[in-house]
Amino acid sequence: MNPIQVSNLTVAYDRKPVLQEVTFQMPEGKLIGVVGPNGAGKSTLIKAILGLVPKASGSVEIYGKSYRTQRKLVGYVPQRGSVDWDFPTNALDVVLMGRYGHVGWFRRPGKKDTAIAMQALDKVGMKEYADRQISQLSGGQQQRVFLARALAQDATVYFMDEPFVGVDAATEKAIISLLNELKAQGKTVLVVHHDLQTVKEYFDWTLLLNKQKIALGPTEEVFTVENLQKTYGGRLAFLDSQVSPSYVVQP
Amino acid sequence: MFNDLILTLQDANTQWVLFGTILLGVASGVLGSFALLRKQSLIGDAMAHAALPGICLAFLLYGTKSIGWFLVGAALSGLLATYFIQVIINHSRIKEDTAIGLVLSVFFGFGIVLLTKIAQSENGNQSGLDDFIFGQAASLVGNDVRVISGVAVVLLIVTWLLFKELKLFTFDRQFAQGIGLPTGLLNGLLMALIVSAVVIGLQAVGVILMAAMLITPAISARYWTDRLDRMVIVAGTIGALSGMLGTLLSSMANRLPTGPVIVLSATVIFLISLIFAPNRGLVSKGLKLYRIRKIVARETVLQTMYDLSEEASITNKKLLFSKEELLTRRKMAVRKLDSNLKRLEKEGYVQRKEDLWYLTESGGYEAHEIVLNNRLFEIYTMYEMKFASLQFATNDVWDYKHIGSSTLHELEQLMAVHERTPKLEPKYFGEGETLRKKKSSQRAEKRKKEVKSL
Repeated sequence: MNPIQVSNLTVAYDRKPVLQEVTFQMPEGKLIGVVGPNGAGKSTLIKAILGLVPKASGSVEIYGKSYRTQRKLVGYVPQRGSVDWDFPTNALDVVLMGRYGHVGWFRRPGKKDTAIAMQALDKVGMKEYADRQISQLSGGQQQRVFLARALAQDATVYFMDEPFVGVDAATEKAIISLLNELKAQGKTVLVVHHDLQTVKEYFDWTLLLNKQKIALGPTEEVFTVENLQKTYGGRLAFLDSQVSPSYVVQP
Repeated sequence: MFNDLILTLQDANTQWVLFGTILLGVASGVLGSFALLRKQSLIGDAMAHAALPGICLAFLLYGTKSIGWFLVGAALSGLLATYFIQVIINHSRIKEDTAIGLVLSVFFGFGIVLLTKIAQSENGNQSGLDDFIFGQAASLVGNDVRVISGVAVVLLIVTWLLFKELKLFTFDRQFAQGIGLPTGLLNGLLMALIVSAVVIGLQAVGVILMAAMLITPAISARYWTDRLDRMVIVAGTIGALSGMLGTLLSSMANRLPTGPVIVLSATVIFLISLIFAPNRGLVSKGLKLYRIRKIVARETVLQTMYDLSEEASITNKKLLFSKEELLTRRKMAVRKLDSNLKRLEKEGYVQRKEDLWYLTESGGYEAHEIVLNNRLFEIYTMYEMKFASLQFATNDVWDYKHIGSSTLHELEQLMAVHERTPKLEPKYFGEGETLRKKKSSQRAEKRKKEVKSL
């Protein structure tokens, strides 16, 4: 059964659709990059799958059932800029929020949850920062905390919205090795990504998106010049006909 | 003064009112914390002002003062105002602050018109209705206090039960929705809680100043702690304290309006927090800055002395430097340099020979440490990716002694590649200036070789 099955998904904020009739199936145990120009609806795709924005039409299934019933299988890393980092709380506390879905209403997270949260912090190399007020973390460290929170959700399918934006090189490296570890455990990870240069290196599968699905498949098959031109229109000029090392994005 | 206080406290009615305002202070402090963190302080203000016409209408319809109906009227017109604000934001290009200002003044103006109308009418029951503008705790009667305390206790219990959910919702709404919390419902609930906290305070604090009861304890509490649970408790305590002080002072001073006194008490507590709170307070911040500047200035002088000595050791120059040389190498205020040199002299790290300064042996060791530490950090920032395991943020203190030996070795190798290894062993500083002079040429040759081999 497919971890993610999206059928005829259309999302519109106003009258103009942001996503149009998007249909795809994601295979299990892969790192999938979602790539496309600004305003292509990459973040909206994730939000629509998680029910954070209303769908105009279409359906989403996680392992064959609606997201509503499969919530505990799903982990989510929102964009770092979506929250106020001056909020009075520390790193461990944010990671513990990943356990709230398992803890349930009215109850407080217990010792077991704290242990899981500490483990997650350890995995992203932030154990020593557990007590640190979150505003005193660097951008990369904040991203790691968000990642740890998703790990604490103990999910099988992960959705990550631009986890590499504004992080230092060290964190980027740490995140990618963590993603590979998740993959090795048979988990499926869908990542909204903006840096074309690293797509080939990071992701097994790629979804090229520009309001519609342009292409989906193993990266080496779909990450081609023709597909990229279809996705980005005339905005990409290739210095190199082989879609590998270097190209220039022209505004 | 003290006798007055005792007398006031002995009065049964005052005790009862005090109990009510304290509970009110706790509730508004606790819910104010959430309003503040959701950046909805102004909404609280709008709701308080908008409550006035509701209260007047309730009086006109019911014909007599009744706290229950007042609360209903205030809540309804408050919610209506919030609804209008939302509609304006959604259906025009007007931004939130403008919309709030607009709606707030219209509702308040309408309320004042109604209030004047009621005052001019023949109805003998209206006296005391204008207490709602500036607040008059002394006018609370037994039933008022019962209702206020009852609502406040309910608010506190609901907040306590849903603390975890409200916290997540306030911090990261998207994530909360993602794990299945009914965010629409929580939003409505939190709004209702905040409205209720505003409404129960109207008679004691008044519509004009009620918002301050919401905001001031919360923002003061934010200075004392970095955790939401503690912030909520501190805000509740500050709210209680202000409520108590305000009620006592206003009842001792011959029916002074309670609202302004409560708000002034809260503001005094806020000022104390702003200035004296640990870590975030102005005094603490100023001291920290002063301390850091002092350390940096001292390190800078030592580092400059070392750098110059390092250069001089390759040539035949003496390791003696004038203040001008130090200043050209690294600019700093002359007075700062003087005071630092004086301090270092006292510590035995530098010595003076006429107008020239040099590092002593112990000064050499100290300066070598500082230079080594800073240069290793320099290398680390160049190869941040390579040393991902170290994970240093700019706000951490870099100390090479905390780095594992294999990583340190790598850093040292890279430092050598970039010719940044400190090239002057501290022991050379101990041999004294005269010794150096005697063997200067021979020593310079040797130094050159040493430097090359590095």
